[in-house]
Amino acid sequence: MIGEVIVVTSGKGGVGKTTTTANIGTGLTLKGKSVVLVDADIGLRNLDVVMGLENRIVYDLVDVVEGVCRLRQALIKDKRYPNLFLLPAAQTKDKNAVNPEQMQKLATDLSEEFDYVILDCPAGIEQGFKNAIAGANKAIVVTTPEVSAVRDADRIIGLLEASGLRNPMLIINRIKMEMVKRGDMMNIDDMIDILAIDLLGVIPDDDLIVVSTNRGEPVIATEQSLAGQAYRNVVRRLMGEDIPFMNLESDDGFFKKMAKLFGLNKKKQ
Amino acid sequence: MDLFKWFNKSTSSKDIAKERLKLVLIHDRANVSPQFLEMIKGELIKVISDYMEIDEEGLEIKLTRTKREIDDSTVPALVANIPIKRMKDKGNI
Ligand SMILES: Nc1ncnc2c1ncn2[C@@H]1O[C@H](COP(=O)(O)OP(=O)(O)OP(=O)(O)O)[C@@H](O)[C@H]1O
Ligand SMILES: [Mg+2]
Repeated sequence: MIGEVIVVTSGKGGVGKTTTTANIGTGLTLKGKSVVLVDADIGLRNLDVVMGLENRIVYDLVDVVEGVCRLRQALIKDKRYPNLFLLPAAQTKDKNAVNPEQMQKLATDLSEEFDYVILDCPAGIEQGFKNAIAGANKAIVVTTPEVSAVRDADRIIGLLEASGLRNPMLIINRIKMEMVKRGDMMNIDDMIDILAIDLLGVIPDDDLIVVSTNRGEPVIATEQSLAGQAYRNVVRRLMGEDIPFMNLESDDGFFKKMAKLFGLNKKKQ
Repeated sequence: MDLFKWFNKSTSSKDIAKERLKLVLIHDRANVSPQFLEMIKGELIKVISDYMEIDEEGLEIKLTRTKREIDDSTVPALVANIPIKRMKDKGNI
């Protein structure tokens, strides 16, 4: 079995890479897939706390690469789900502790055991970025609807394509429906128009993300959360399902509401 | 693109954001300056004007991305939008 290796990147910091990694990973495992999440943000690890697994770390990614422990020993099993594991980043080392060749080998080894390997990339375009993308065969670019984030996303898309990661997929995070409606936030069409890549999902700004991060439980498991629903759609699209973004014609209350909030059915108003 | 619209308070801030992004990305994407694009624009006008009368004001040229047909991969593209006013008499060429 050779699983997919997906890197979650952004360029700009703080736009939701770690949140996205945690939710997609959890969503895939809820769909019956075996998943390992890799925190490639060496020196600034966060995926462990977002997943609520921070108390269970013994070994980390650098230990594996340096041969201090075996790969299996460093994987933390998330007991809430049937088949979800975390490979934590080292906290006290820096990004130069590993190189792209080592990361590539690590990703290959993991892809032989899991359906999905999801790498949480650090912000920036330096060594940490190069490490994180080295072993990936798919890339997700996360952005928020702001000028600086979209600009950085554009730069990352260029770098990904230059290193052979063709056709990255876009996640637009933290969209605020009221602001889009007022014309004070770029809408989905604006950003697709500018970045010219395929859209994987749109995640609304949602207080429940903060609440779920407080608890260390990804929001995707929260039934009533709008962001959770958006992430569930992302997961199904990743698995090859054709899930409409907003079904404007349908009478489905949820989609209608989403569409309206996202300002996508202007023509009808 | 109308730069003066930026100063018009009724333009929504997201449209301003979008226009600013488009401009800055021209620069970022191919390391091509707006001046360089102006140069290309001037040359294009010179060449095309031999064959047809064009609307120089309406001529737009930009760097963007497009999907390549053979493998669906995304590549940079130079896109020119050149409104034609009138074809010139071919007998004169
Ligand atoms: N859709 C959302 N709604 C509300 N809050 C969000 C949303 N997405 C992310 N956040 C919050 O934004 C903050 C940054 O998110 P996150 O840590 O996932 O970003 P990051 O891209 O991984 O950051 P870094 O570049 O530092 O690694 C977190 O506090 C998170 O809870
Ligand atoms: Mg992060």
